[in-house]
Amino acid sequence: MTITVIEPKPVPFVAAVVAAAGAFCGLFVGTAQGNSLLGVFAGAAITAALAVVFLTVFRQEKAARWITTLGTAAIGFAFGGAMGGLIGLAFGWFFGWFIFWLGEGRYRSKLPPYTTSLQVFYHFLFRVICGMIFFFLITPIVVVMPLSFNAEDFFTFTPEMLRLDPEGYSLKHYRDFFTNDDWQQAMWNSISIAPIATLLSVSFGTLAAIGLSSEHVPFRRPIMAILISPMIVPLIISAAGMYFFYSRLGLQGTFWGVVLAHAALGIPFVIITVTATLVGFDRSLTRAAANMGADPVTTFFRVQMPLILPGVISGGLFAFITSFDEVVVVLFVGSAGQKTLPWQMFTGLREQISPTILAVATILVAISICLLTTVELLRRRSERLRGMSPG
Amino acid sequence: MKLTKTLMASTALTVAAVSAHAEDMANSMTLVSWGGAYQKSQVNAYTNPYQEMNEGLEVVWDESSAEAVAKLRAMDEAGNVTWDVVDVVAADALRLCDEGLAMEIDPDEHLAPAPDGTSAEDDFGDLLVGDCFIPQIVYSTTFGYRTDMVPEGAEAPSDICSVFDTETYPGKRSLEKRPINNMEWALLCDGVAKDEVYDVLATEEGQQQALDKLDTIKDDVIWWSAGADTPQLLADGEVFMGSTYNGRLFSVIEEQDQPVAMMWDAQVFDLDGWIIPANLPEDRLARALDFIYFATDTQRLADQAKWISYGPARASSAPLVGQHAELGIDMAPHMPTDPENAKNTFLYNYEFWADYRDDIDAKFQAWLAQ
Repeated sequence: MTITVIEPKPVPFVAAVVAAAGAFCGLFVGTAQGNSLLGVFAGAAITAALAVVFLTVFRQEKAARWITTLGTAAIGFAFGGAMGGLIGLAFGWFFGWFIFWLGEGRYRSKLPPYTTSLQVFYHFLFRVICGMIFFFLITPIVVVMPLSFNAEDFFTFTPEMLRLDPEGYSLKHYRDFFTNDDWQQAMWNSISIAPIATLLSVSFGTLAAIGLSSEHVPFRRPIMAILISPMIVPLIISAAGMYFFYSRLGLQGTFWGVVLAHAALGIPFVIITVTATLVGFDRSLTRAAANMGADPVTTFFRVQMPLILPGVISGGLFAFITSFDEVVVVLFVGSAGQKTLPWQMFTGLREQISPTILAVATILVAISICLLTTVELLRRRSERLRGMSPG
Repeated sequence: MKLTKTLMASTALTVAAVSAHAEDMANSMTLVSWGGAYQKSQVNAYTNPYQEMNEGLEVVWDESSAEAVAKLRAMDEAGNVTWDVVDVVAADALRLCDEGLAMEIDPDEHLAPAPDGTSAEDDFGDLLVGDCFIPQIVYSTTFGYRTDMVPEGAEAPSDICSVFDTETYPGKRSLEKRPINNMEWALLCDGVAKDEVYDVLATEEGQQQALDKLDTIKDDVIWWSAGADTPQLLADGEVFMGSTYNGRLFSVIEEQDQPVAMMWDAQVFDLDGWIIPANLPEDRLARALDFIYFATDTQRLADQAKWISYGPARASSAPLVGQHAELGIDMAPHMPTDPENAKNTFLYNYEFWADYRDDIDAKFQAWLAQ
């Protein structure tokens, strides 16, 4: 949707902005080749020259963009093989588009006509910063994915991988994960510990939250503080304490010991989310239910529970993730028989840097994405059914 | 609490009343080791055949050898030792023995004699350090280097001092983040004679001399703390040379086919072996002793060398070392103890480091932080 009439911008301005972007990209290419400074200057000079040529002598957008894209792809290919070609392609495509987007003044077309230059600048600066934060958050996760298909037993991008040679890739680390007893055992331990721990935390946490939200309970705040403490006390301290306590009880090194420890860690999350939902809960509903002859248990399951369910579920999700991710407490409270996935990844990383860990990480990321998508879709569906959102 | 104690005491009495036959041994055993290829060699050489002989025996592995001392202390404190046999380096075994956390071993009673009748004590010889330690392998900490990163015109490094020669061999080096070995190598390359190294290192000036020597390459060093670090750094080409355990380098060179070669000069021998935690319940102790007797006999120690390039601790095992189980190459030339490799070696000086470790550690860490 265009709301502002656009007009071509002065060439020096475009050339300067493009040169700045070119310098930024050049910094990376230059660093990869071992000379950052040269990269910065070459990047700035080349992109500025392209901008000047395209906007003054050769103002044919389509042709110019094709030429840049293919040209940089060819240069990239000549220097860095298939991978270089791909990077060159992306660079060329971006700069071809960027030069004309700026030069034609198209960047203003979606902004109101009265915005000042400074406001336009802030508008795009904001987007760039958001993009960089996103990049910062996501890169460490994304970078392990190609590495997990490595054909070698090291965390290394081999020359074959960079050439995109199929020889450099393999599924052997995934095969290792699914056939290796240690990993399978660890996976089953995690899968059996986390749901039980979650169930316990959700039951106890919800009960505690409901009790603590009724006004006639004495010492509510101190009790709350104690129950929340596992979240605040450094994990290593809880872990050491649990270790000695559970050893005396004979729970250390047992399945139920780990389950209880994880439940204790999960309870604060449930209490916090459920207490938050209870703030908006109308107490007169329970009184109305009692008035109509329902006993407290029926009231809870038929009236209160459905209304606070979103809080319970999100608390449960947090509790599940706490148990599934947890490595410190299980190292203390568990013994080798209760080795969970994070524990196995931790020892694997320390004793044997094997890309199997990356394969597991990739699988876990994929599962998390699926779970979150499902939950989000279900949430939207129920909102739609209840008529809470127009979509 | 009282009830538990009474129950435990009566159980112990019942167990003690009957002698230790196979049926009185625990049918589950927790072994502690280092993980990775080393643990795999132990599974193949020791526990797989042992489990074949003892049907129904469950073996649980815990990869906690790196923190064995701390964990055993905590277990002892909590009165709940869950480990049965623990693989530790000799220095840790000595510490555990001193603290009374490891059981004392009588070699001739608890360990098998050699096939020719030589007693276990003579067969293990000098390697029986301390009263609790049951030696298993001899390993060495030595250097590997990237063959494709040797500068043109220079010879492949074959002298420990090439670690300190950044002019001939530019590039990063990886060294272990502790003074042990590094201090000795530094002195050796600073003109100190080999048999005087520890005398010099015992003095304040000697320690400073070693740190000064290390200072000359400090900017070129990547410090490692886990045995897997140097192989990864070498495979990445991030370092030109680095120290690590020789078995790790063997795996990088022969199994992973990386362009890396060994530099055996001034390798430091060390021992790794088993200890049994003190005060195990009768049935678990019987199982642990039975396993140890089996797993440290002449043939079993020689078998382990089929899977990893560490030298067996028994003299009688050496002639039995054969070929690698999967690659089919002769293992003898890859052993740190092979005469060709062992021209210039050190043996980890347990006494010296027991006396000076805390002091030198502190100085080393302070120097690192500068």
